[in-house]
Amino acid sequence: MPPRAEIDVAHVARLARLDLTADEGALFQEQLARVLEFAEKLRLPDTSSMDSSGEGDMFDVLREDEPRPWFTAEEALSNAPRQANDLFVVPKVVE
Amino acid sequence: MNLSELPALNLVELRELLRTREVSAREVIESLRDRIAKIDPLIHAYLSLDLEEALKQAEHVDLDLPLGGVPIAFKDIISVAGQPCTCASKILRNYRATYDATVVERLKKAGAITFGKTNLDEFAMGSSTENSSVQPTHNPWDTTRVPGGSSGGSAAAVSADEAFAAVGTDTGGSVRQPAALSGVVGLKPSYGRVSRFGMVAFASSLDQAGPLTKTVRDAALLLNAMAGPDARDSTCLADRVPDYTENLDRELRGLRLGLPKEYMTDGIDSQVRAAINAAIAHLESSGVEIVEVSLPHTEYAVATYYLIASAEASANLARFDGVRYGHRAEDPRDLLDLYGRTREEGFGAEVKRRCILGTYVLSAGYYDEYYNRAQKVRRLIRQDFAKAFVKVDALISPTTPESAFRLGERSADPLRMYLADVFTIPASLAGVCGISLPCGLAKTEEGTELPIGLQLLGRPLDEARILGIAHRYEQGTEWHKKKPRLAPKLQVPSSTLQT
Repeated sequence: MPPRAEIDVAHVARLARLDLTADEGALFQEQLARVLEFAEKLRLPDTSSMDSSGEGDMFDVLREDEPRPWFTAEEALSNAPRQANDLFVVPKVVE
Repeated sequence: MNLSELPALNLVELRELLRTREVSAREVIESLRDRIAKIDPLIHAYLSLDLEEALKQAEHVDLDLPLGGVPIAFKDIISVAGQPCTCASKILRNYRATYDATVVERLKKAGAITFGKTNLDEFAMGSSTENSSVQPTHNPWDTTRVPGGSSGGSAAAVSADEAFAAVGTDTGGSVRQPAALSGVVGLKPSYGRVSRFGMVAFASSLDQAGPLTKTVRDAALLLNAMAGPDARDSTCLADRVPDYTENLDRELRGLRLGLPKEYMTDGIDSQVRAAINAAIAHLESSGVEIVEVSLPHTEYAVATYYLIASAEASANLARFDGVRYGHRAEDPRDLLDLYGRTREEGFGAEVKRRCILGTYVLSAGYYDEYYNRAQKVRRLIRQDFAKAFVKVDALISPTTPESAFRLGERSADPLRMYLADVFTIPASLAGVCGISLPCGLAKTEEGTELPIGLQLLGRPLDEARILGIAHRYEQGTEWHKKKPRLAPKLQVPSSTLQT
């Protein structure tokens, strides 16, 4: 059995696009280490005959690909933090 | 009838008064408004109310519809067009839904009136409603205790007669557990029975909306309107929706109920155990055969659930990035700074923990070790249920190992909080249906009484069966008639409701 993985909360928080304060980082490091230690018990049951691909019979559910009425621009923008000219305003991403 | 007595009625009783025009839909809304104004400063069940809008709906409602004129409260994670849908999160503090969730649309079509949104643990992540970014909800039976969660506002509102019925969501027990702790009926439909469209997604392979009501018949009545296929949710099942109220009175003689031996462990409070044993004896006297069954992978369910639910949550909550809706951090340096600070400022501690845990178990190198392993164990848990349901018609257990705990008692220890859901999580992982209903009162050291919940679990899409068993048990006992003794004259700070 491979050794228990150590979580690096600061690194994973960056992957999750989540800034953390130093206090939060330290607290979550300790708490999540305990949660993962608790999850170690999942190594015990015999899962060798199990498939992880999902539950029961898998099938696609498709609808007709046709245009239908949906949000108006006004509705889609009604909760926008910043908007102009019927568009969401975001920080510049290309210099 | 004195209008101030109206809020104590259940849905079926209220329906009858509306149908016979003994009361008007307007009077019902007004009576509820007065009750909420009087009681909610003690309980904090609601996050927002729109009684003006409710009164407008009351003017035009068709009282002959199945739920004509009946006000229903919605957990604030379910979209009601034009109303806030904050998920009790700072990140959605100013968000208003632009459309109705399918469950809301269906209930409105059946004549129901929307009037208020109830408190919850942020994004439904929690078991006590203490993770609400606004304020915790208090248990009407003892306001120093939690109402359970995450649908704690919904359960407390129904328990305190601040709502005739409410709709919550259950991912790992979030309808059944607060129903048990607050002394009401809570039904989690089978996965796929009710559309998830318009519910803010937490863990998409687990989330189901379910009714919280004063009686089992009321839950059946609401499920009639809520269930059924929806082209906007591809996981919603096409199976025919029966009339769940039709066979509630059917005799129980000859039914076999399984008692999972793994659920009656030493960890159960002695008063909870005594109440469940009394309920079992009552059912046996009605001709039900109780047999011991085994769900051997029960002990792995909580760990399996936290890995899978967190993984799905980390993906679902990626949409809260400060771009299209919700909170946005001020003066971002660049896009990554916008994302990182928006989410830091907008999410509470439990949501952050789960996003990090979920991202971790899905990340390269750990995916097989954690996520895939949890998916495999989930299949073992599903098999446990499938095997048990070959032998028995339904399962019986406590809903929770203990009655309501104190506010603050578990908030510093996430792992201990997770264990409050130890008996509700396995059924969620298996996708089966479940109901919690009152079956006793536990006495505290201080002399208060706290509700105890009885859980019945049924085969997928066998809601009619567990509703029938629950109804017969309920009608043969007095527990559903017990009400919390609220003390509205207490000096409390004025309500912080957004109206």
